[in-house]
Amino acid sequence: MKPASFSYSSPATVDEALAVLAQLGEDGKVLAGGQSLIPILNMRLSSPAHLVDINRVAGLDTLDANGWIRVGALARHARVERDERVRRMCPLLAQALRLVAHPVIRNRGTVCGALAQADPASELPATLALLGGVVEVARADAPVREIAAADFFTGPMESALEVDELIIAARFPVVPAGTGTEFTEVSRRRADYALCGVGAMVTVDEGEQITSARAAYVSVNPTPLVIDLTEVLAGARSDTADFAAAGRLARDTVHPKTDLHASADYRRELAAVLTERALAAAAHRAVAGDSGGDGA
Amino acid sequence: MSSEQLHHVTLDVNGVTHSVDVPARRLLSDALRHELRLTGTHVACEQGVCGSCTVLLDGEPVRSCLMFAVASDGHAITTVEGLADPDGRLSAVQQAFIECHGLQCGFCTPGFLTTITAYLDEHPDPADVDAVEAIAGTLCRCTGYQNIKASVRRAAEIRHERDGTAPAGIHAAAESTVRVRAPGGEDRGHALRTALVGQRILRREDARMVSGRGRYVDDFDSGAHAVAFVRSPYAHARVIDIDVTGGLDVDGVVAIYTHEDLPPLIGAQLPVLIPHPDLFAPKTGYPLVNDVARYAGEPVVMVVAVDRYIAEDAVSRIDVTYEQLPPVVGLENAERAENLVHPDVPGNVAAHMVQESGHALDAIAAAPHRLELRVEIERSAPTPLEGRAVYARWDADDATMRVYSSTQLPVSLRGALAARLDLPLRQIEVIAPDTGGGFGMKLNHPWPEEVLVPWSARQLGHSVKFIDDRRETFLASSSERAQVHFIDVGFDDEGRILGLSVRFLHENGAYTPYGIIVPIITATQLPGPYKLPNYRAEFTCLYTNTVIVTPYRGAGRPQGVFAMERTIDRIAAFLGKDRTQVRAVNLIQPADMPWDTGLIFQDGRPAMYDSGDYPTSLAMIKELIGWDDFPATKAAEAKQGRRLGIGIGCYVEGTGVGPYEGAHIQIEPSGRVMVSTGLSTQGQGHQTILAQIASDALGVCIDDIQVTTGDTRRFPYAVGTFASRSAVMSGNAVALAAKIVKAKALRIAGHALKVDPDELEVVDGVVRVQRSPEVSISLGMVATLSNPLRYAFDKQAQAATQFTMPGSFDEPPVRDDEEPGLEGTDYFSPVRSTFASGMHAVIVETDPRTAEVKILKYAVVHDCGRNVNPMIVEGQVHGGVAQGIGGALYERMAYDSDGRLQTTSFMDFLMPYVTEMPAAIEMAHLETLSTINPLGIKGAGEAGVIPTSAAIAAAIEDAEGIEISRMPISPDDLFALRKTKERLRRSVGIGAYA
Repeated sequence: MKPASFSYSSPATVDEALAVLAQLGEDGKVLAGGQSLIPILNMRLSSPAHLVDINRVAGLDTLDANGWIRVGALARHARVERDERVRRMCPLLAQALRLVAHPVIRNRGTVCGALAQADPASELPATLALLGGVVEVARADAPVREIAAADFFTGPMESALEVDELIIAARFPVVPAGTGTEFTEVSRRRADYALCGVGAMVTVDEGEQITSARAAYVSVNPTPLVIDLTEVLAGARSDTADFAAAGRLARDTVHPKTDLHASADYRRELAAVLTERALAAAAHRAVAGDSGGDGA
Repeated sequence: MSSEQLHHVTLDVNGVTHSVDVPARRLLSDALRHELRLTGTHVACEQGVCGSCTVLLDGEPVRSCLMFAVASDGHAITTVEGLADPDGRLSAVQQAFIECHGLQCGFCTPGFLTTITAYLDEHPDPADVDAVEAIAGTLCRCTGYQNIKASVRRAAEIRHERDGTAPAGIHAAAESTVRVRAPGGEDRGHALRTALVGQRILRREDARMVSGRGRYVDDFDSGAHAVAFVRSPYAHARVIDIDVTGGLDVDGVVAIYTHEDLPPLIGAQLPVLIPHPDLFAPKTGYPLVNDVARYAGEPVVMVVAVDRYIAEDAVSRIDVTYEQLPPVVGLENAERAENLVHPDVPGNVAAHMVQESGHALDAIAAAPHRLELRVEIERSAPTPLEGRAVYARWDADDATMRVYSSTQLPVSLRGALAARLDLPLRQIEVIAPDTGGGFGMKLNHPWPEEVLVPWSARQLGHSVKFIDDRRETFLASSSERAQVHFIDVGFDDEGRILGLSVRFLHENGAYTPYGIIVPIITATQLPGPYKLPNYRAEFTCLYTNTVIVTPYRGAGRPQGVFAMERTIDRIAAFLGKDRTQVRAVNLIQPADMPWDTGLIFQDGRPAMYDSGDYPTSLAMIKELIGWDDFPATKAAEAKQGRRLGIGIGCYVEGTGVGPYEGAHIQIEPSGRVMVSTGLSTQGQGHQTILAQIASDALGVCIDDIQVTTGDTRRFPYAVGTFASRSAVMSGNAVALAAKIVKAKALRIAGHALKVDPDELEVVDGVVRVQRSPEVSISLGMVATLSNPLRYAFDKQAQAATQFTMPGSFDEPPVRDDEEPGLEGTDYFSPVRSTFASGMHAVIVETDPRTAEVKILKYAVVHDCGRNVNPMIVEGQVHGGVAQGIGGALYERMAYDSDGRLQTTSFMDFLMPYVTEMPAAIEMAHLETLSTINPLGIKGAGEAGVIPTSAAIAAAIEDAEGIEISRMPISPDDLFALRKTKERLRRSVGIGAYA
């Protein structure tokens, strides 16, 4: 299993990278962390004519917290997950990252690369969708365009990204006070692709009553599905809310498929159970004022 | 297709700067291994899943198979070769792996060492070390991870000891209890102990392997041509046309071969290795498909090119036209036989066999109670981390062929190649170098690739190498376990089995090169430790359009034990008795030994148990798992909403099958002791245990002993490594050969010292007079004297030359009954197999909602007779248990209805990581010595895997109250079973079995 041949360029600046991508059109493919792309190349499931390696592009290895968590195209999973600001201000992102593959893969893989892959089995598109984040996309001779998560993921492994475009950053909104989050999943072995994964966000008011509850789903829908469960839970206290009812709603809303590792039926059941568990944990955190970003 | 653009890349590896010119697609793993010749970094999946290839990039672990060399320019890379301290001392992690037996075959080890090194850099305080987190995400197929976790903790300690920041505390691999019982039952264990046998001697192979100096087949000769194959994409298809022109156009392609291009001897059908009268329709394939491909993955066209990248380019440009034929997939379809795998094999039936002792059907009919069961085990695969590998070089000047193969049977492979290549045996050398696990997969021989690679090397006048990639290993090597069993059992009120009849179907895939060994073992080992006065086994072997079967560790026993143990549990449930109580009333007692099962075993000889103490074993396992306390625990946990269950599995394993193994020992004038045996090693520690045995038998220091295995240049007669036979067979052969050498040494020394040899002893390599030890002569000098010389080529040799050597003028310098040299060869050929045994017990928790299964406690009682090295035996058991857990809960070879394999990667074939293993495997040893070999050894290699599915199924059944009759079981399967139970309950209005 060796990759087919390709030509290779390693631009030093964003402009250079964009120029190469513009010139290559359909023939070009961006290489960032490579932890999803290179296995595909090694198995010759894909053989792009040209790889544009952005690992030496200056200014993309950034991670900023200015109202948003802004993750540059070369920020690796491990760095983002360990970042104290991310854990405090956007704990859902840290919680999700801890479920992305194995630690060694996270040393190399990038958050923006995972978004570009738009894999419905990946935690990061679901996280961006749940938080209502934005992808910043650049193209030669054009202003940076911002694509909302809801518009970015268009199908399984398909996104709104054009062949000559490069994600230069993704912005994850900061989780507001009074909101708790949780990401949980069931996989066959730890760190395998989830059979079903659920990210949850619950907001409570000063009386500890739920004002908003939403969840995003991994591996049970062609695109990252966000379900607003507020209607089921609004007004309930976090310790007595009927999270099971929210789980039932989720079970009836997701569209899983049967594959080698699990039936659609089982995945639907997992969607129900994990919704219930994730919401309960998130609600608990919302009340306790515990971000949960440290993974304790 | 023209040659690729090369990129000039500067790689900074282990502090040394290298400049290489490579194409952009060259993976860092390949550049390290083949351009830089740093072969310590191993490749096992090329998908980032296994972790064997992990290196440090600027101090952080990364998969080198998921980086391009060209992208690594400018980074500081550390490989396993660079882990040692600058003064050459092994690093703390390397040292800890040796001390804790953290490695077996050594193939995955470099990935663990680099990953753990980075982890400990980040967690320098041993109190912060989480051994599971340190190694999560790296696959090992041998160790079961227990000793790797111990290695992590120990490494943290060593770092602190070396820094002087923490008190020393040596913790080698965890000790376990050992109870020694001789066949008569009396405790005479200590009297039998000698110096090294029985001790936890650290492995002699490890220093090399933890330093990246292991030598696996792909580590030889980076300049060899590489091979790739066009393999049939269809399970059943006729090859209509092959157009290779596209492949020939690829720059760097050396040769392309189809069946038509092969001379008759090379292209001919592959052998049926183990013929049997009941295998009435044996079938084998061809090295390259002749006419019809019968499984997806069967090789059709061979490409030889300057490297594997280019060979794969050519493969993708070769057009083969197929006519698809209807595939036969699954035992049901095979039995229905609407389509045939081989047109001349009606019913798809390859073999049919019946064995009976007593009158089972009559006994069942007359029994007070009767039950019928259907139990099934699905297909799995051995999946060693190193796949098949063969490298050949033809020396035209010497007219000799040297073949390196990752085979378990180098001697037999040599015989096969001599016939195929039409060469005298002395012109062929076969060597099994370090091998990255085998587990039965590497028993089949010659593989198509093992025929084609040596032939093409001679043809092309250039060395040629074939290395399986992971996908090929899954598609085209071997699998095992798929069997469906129908059991009919009759028993009395106590649960005593009066008659048992089993009929089963065995799926043998497309061909039967390895015969019907696996179902024979199932049929003959199913009775286990139980008295079955009336037993009948009948099996039918069926062809399907899937990959072939070879024995996979356990080899038919896991299925037989599953069938037997499920039966006993069902009897207990029927009678409302404790499951261990029903086992107890059926156990063969020590006083019954030797116990003749009345069956003929896989070696063609009676399956007669030589010794064993099953009641003690049962008492030990109950104590170890806490059997009697469990119901209270279960009830208490149930109140908290937790579902716990307990299960037990018992087995007897025929080990040490013949016909024979041999050993040669030579003591050199340097005092070095060279031991060689013909069977090969895949990580079992043979070089250590055979050295222990030789050390005790000769009276020499183990450090002076070098053991060679699997090299036909050193020992050309052997059977091979399988059936838990190496310690039994080669261990005894080494002891016998040592006896010859020692006797000769005493004769020569007696002559030199003018003392009766009976008055001499050998201690630490010195022959001395027992009553006056100051009168002595070194074994090295004895070796010199054993070989009368004319020429004093060195100082020591002077002693043996013609004017210095004392002797009578009436006797020739070499007496008629002597030979020059202090060496000897002997063979051990047992009258029949020796029978090891053991019992496993497990406590599981099932999630009431997600149906996930978690193992809370796992316990093993194990009896392999004389335990030569408990550390190594425990490592073998740990690894077996991990494979057993994989087989019970995770791994399956899944074919779709068209016969396409769905599980062709470690992403889909779910070998357990450390995170899927229980926190500990609690173990106790019992030693009932074998009565049919001099050392009293029984085999240990397969112990861990045999009853695992049976025990886990029983525990899940206990937790859930649902009959578990089919393994493996996934959460999805358990979820479906719960739904079925729920539906039944609703429709019938009463509880199902609970």
